[in-house]
Amino acid sequence: MKISEAFEEAPLLIVYICAGDPTPAATPDLVRRLAAAGADIIELGLPHSDPIADGPTIQAAAQRAIAAGMNTDVYFQKAAEANVAIPKIFMGYYNMIYARGLDRFAGDCARCGITGMIVPDLPPEEAGPLLQACAKFDVDLIFLAAPNTPAQRLKMIEEETSGFLYLVARTGVTGAQSDILQSTRDLIARVPGSKPKAVGFGISTPAQAAEVITAGADAAIVGSVCVDLIARGEVELLEQLVRDMKAAVVAAGKSKAPIVV
Amino acid sequence: MHTEISENKAVKFGRYGGLFVPETLVPPLTELAQAYQRLMKSEDFKEELNLALKTFAGRPTPLYYARNLSQKLGRKVYLKREDLVHGGAHKLNNTLGQALVAKKMGKTRLIAETGAGQHGVATAIVGANLGFETQVYMGEVDIERQKMNVYRMQLMGAEVIPVRSGSRTLKDAINEAMRDWASSFDHTHYLLGTAAGAHPFPSMVRDFQSVIGKEARSQILQAEGRLPDSITACVGGGSNAMGIFAPFLQDEDVRLLAVEAGGRGLGKTDRIADHGASLGLGTDGVLHGALTKILQDPYGQILESYSVAAGLDYPGVGPELAFLAEKGRVLTKIADDKTAMRGFHALSKLEGIIPALESAHAVGYALEEPEALGDLAIINISGRGDKDLATVMDYENL
Repeated sequence: MKISEAFEEAPLLIVYICAGDPTPAATPDLVRRLAAAGADIIELGLPHSDPIADGPTIQAAAQRAIAAGMNTDVYFQKAAEANVAIPKIFMGYYNMIYARGLDRFAGDCARCGITGMIVPDLPPEEAGPLLQACAKFDVDLIFLAAPNTPAQRLKMIEEETSGFLYLVARTGVTGAQSDILQSTRDLIARVPGSKPKAVGFGISTPAQAAEVITAGADAAIVGSVCVDLIARGEVELLEQLVRDMKAAVVAAGKSKAPIVV
Repeated sequence: MHTEISENKAVKFGRYGGLFVPETLVPPLTELAQAYQRLMKSEDFKEELNLALKTFAGRPTPLYYARNLSQKLGRKVYLKREDLVHGGAHKLNNTLGQALVAKKMGKTRLIAETGAGQHGVATAIVGANLGFETQVYMGEVDIERQKMNVYRMQLMGAEVIPVRSGSRTLKDAINEAMRDWASSFDHTHYLLGTAAGAHPFPSMVRDFQSVIGKEARSQILQAEGRLPDSITACVGGGSNAMGIFAPFLQDEDVRLLAVEAGGRGLGKTDRIADHGASLGLGTDGVLHGALTKILQDPYGQILESYSVAAGLDYPGVGPELAFLAEKGRVLTKIADDKTAMRGFHALSKLEGIIPALESAHAVGYALEEPEALGDLAIINISGRGDKDLATVMDYENL
């Protein structure tokens, strides 16, 4: 499914998991269960040895997954097996794409039902070649903006992104946080253009997910807390969390219109 | 290759280099590139840096005619004595420059990565001297290998933060410093120690280290009335090599020999590369913000490098060196642990100079391939070997 179709039903809940954690075999079933619990889009992380944008939780998951045999071939195999009706998005580091070849990678995405890519260490300035490959296979390349992104640059990133714009809720790396910062609200408010906006980094509770929707985002992205629950073997708690977050996001969307932040 | 640093676009060296970093780091790197470009045009700044290099770091360092080594090799060999720089290595040339830039930018805290500890020590020195709060990321494995340098940093007021992720060595220390900087850039400067990583680091570190080559150039002209036939330097990330090579790049007759770590030999296992020869044996890939030559598996996972010299134990290399090697302007050579040990002992016995194990790779290569040096050679002795005594004793089971 195309990402743009999913956003017709916004606000959305986007759920990240690290492919191959705890084992590659577990990944397709996890994706199906998350979709059934209410996830609107699944971000499927390809583990990398040197994840510079990730905090300790996702770093540890990547190490476990690599040790369990996850690699790019297995990744696409498992992504294809995870047959869900919602969009699947690749998330991973540029060197993994570069090593496989950009065209081959984008083609593999399309073949396995992955309709978008998030590459946290690839700013638009360096993305020309991958944009071309993505265009060939009709895969969205989703760019990120951060609270310290200056206005002119924010405009450029909004113009370059496709699918949606990924707003990094705070500076630093991925990981659960206890509150949503004013700088996150400011960032949501100052994005120009009309493309959908999804907020991630630090969202771990239904209340936080609702808060970013209320502040004007079209989707909330949840990652580290899910990875943490998977690490502890608490898949049922994870399903419950996704159900609760989805309900909070939908409720926030319904009461959103009149609120001015 | 003295490319101007443009304001928003990353300098590339052919296809190498770039700005492959998370969005959060793009504004601070841009701000750094702009500040650096502005300051390098300022006479006041240059004067301040030169004064510090002279009165604090101890520059210029001698270009020493190594009589006994020359006799042994049957050609004239000069040593550029970076081992005499305060702190015991060339690293201070760069940390002084960057710390002064950071000061002008209003930063109050320095963070750095370190492998062998030499860059960490050089950062701790400028941190103490210029009044910064200083934190140095160091892999747990390296902390164990380099206890004396850890203590040196602590003596000078720096905090050493153990890195427990990944291979717990230099590459992971860089990852951790980048993660720190992604939320601390407001008041913190990331003082990268080598001519690698994202723009503007490769250009900036090369420029600050090029004082080595500028001095060597005028010193050899004064001593011999001509340029050398060759310059030999060891390469980990490439800061001492780029520093001495840069002012000779236009002199096509000067052979530039980059000696990488051959480690235990060149066999490869699944996860461990067993060497540090990214320039000679690596493939194109992105590591720490730049497209360069790296050691990786077929899927793009970074391999763990190995060398007896912690400063060469890095699975990447600066992008400018990758470019110069591909063009053939820099010739890539390899010296393994054994060759380095040979160089270590030879220079100690012949000249009374104990080189760092990193620099000993360059010396060892010269001993094995003297013909490659030509009639008149310069070898860059990037650091002194006091820090390595325990490693050498351990290696030789003394």
